Amino acid sequence: MKIAYYPGCALHGSSNDYEQSLRACLGKLETELQEIPEWICCGATAAHSLNHKLSIALPARNLALAEQQGMEEMLAPCPMCSMQLLKAEKLMSGDASLRKEISSVVEAPISGKVKVVNLIQVLQKVGVERIKAAVKKPLAELKPACYYGCLLTRPPDIVSFDDPEQPSSLETLVSALGAKPVEWNYRTECCGAGMTMANEDTVLELSHRILTDAQEHGANCLVTACPMCHVNLDMKQRDIERRYGARHNLTVYYLSDLVGLALGIAPENLGINRHFVPPRRAEAAATQPTATGAVASSAAPAAKV
Amino acid sequence: MDVMPNQLVRMLQLGRAEDALRSNAIWICVSCQTCSTRCPKEVDCAGIMDALRELSLRRGVVSPDQERVVAFQQAFLNNIRRNGRLDEIELIAEFKLRALPHERSLGFLLKDAGLAPELQKRKKLHLRGEKVDDRAVVRRIFERCADGEPK
Repeated sequence: MKIAYYPGCALHGSSNDYEQSLRACLGKLETELQEIPEWICCGATAAHSLNHKLSIALPARNLALAEQQGMEEMLAPCPMCSMQLLKAEKLMSGDASLRKEISSVVEAPISGKVKVVNLIQVLQKVGVERIKAAVKKPLAELKPACYYGCLLTRPPDIVSFDDPEQPSSLETLVSALGAKPVEWNYRTECCGAGMTMANEDTVLELSHRILTDAQEHGANCLVTACPMCHVNLDMKQRDIERRYGARHNLTVYYLSDLVGLALGIAPENLGINRHFVPPRRAEAAATQPTATGAVASSAAPAAKV
Repeated sequence: MDVMPNQLVRMLQLGRAEDALRSNAIWICVSCQTCSTRCPKEVDCAGIMDALRELSLRRGVVSPDQERVVAFQQAFLNNIRRNGRLDEIELIAEFKLRALPHERSLGFLLKDAGLAPELQKRKKLHLRGEKVDDRAVVRRIFERCADGEPK
């Protein structure tokens, strides 16, 4: 399978471990990524907060570039990019004069035929059963808290993906890898997203609540498909611990990390060694499925909802 | 948040737009879309937040407590206008300089400096960000979207 690829700024910036991970993982699943030449930033929160027209034009330019490549499907692994791209197309599809105006602003026709998908959708297209059959190292010792965050499922009328209140696609995938996802309450709560620098207090508080709830429900790691969630929960985890006098010590995996590990890819080839919170017992156990007693026995069964 | 999303909508219904535009809430909002998703009346509260932020900035009535957030978003857009893609180090530098007059502290300026070597160690630091080749088209897109933008 060949698919257009819109990395977005994060995956070419400080979240380049996510790109390494998904390239290794999708490569193993014979999915070829064709990066869109000359792609530009989607504008993210800055554009939709300060300039509505720009927040349509920037993603629209990328839809046009993908179209020029003759591609019909485009992976945007960052949920912020993905949502912005889908929103731009949705607004244009309901308003022919807007489509015409934006096409002229971005100097390229946008017909609306490029379908934007997230990483979970690409993996679903590869096939959960096929992935399950390809598992070499079942992640039996992993009890991940599957964390969707905001924009994978919201706003539902734009992203049209999974259930915004009770999503299940991540749990289905990681279960196919042999992991045992926990039930917990903060799956779709926000971590503070791109406010890491602009409003750090908010980010630390929201992320602390997420990590705490995951821990209280017996998770021994977290899994996300969002680079911003990863920054807030992984890179800021030590700051959160200091601020709240807590000890979380939860490794935060990208979804492609877990798929890759289960397929037998070495952690360093997925960039897991470049995370801030290093994999400890959980991952050591995951890469040696025969090891027993590696996971803290104090982990409570997931019963509370 | 000084005003909750539902209260903000009520404020607008009552004709108190000025209060809404001067609120802290519109800048504290992290655009998680929960309010729009859950509103039983299908009010797009998050979309209203966007509109209020844009108007608040254009009319120059941003809450003085929220200058830091505005500085960040403006630095972000300037960065894209120049490079087409985000240059993280440049973004941080411009953000700090823009916010400094409001923050007035050396601590703010130096905060996060310790992160650089940690990112470097993990090959996550890019001293030179990527730029697209055709930056002229990016500038033209920005110009065409600039009607009413404050200088």
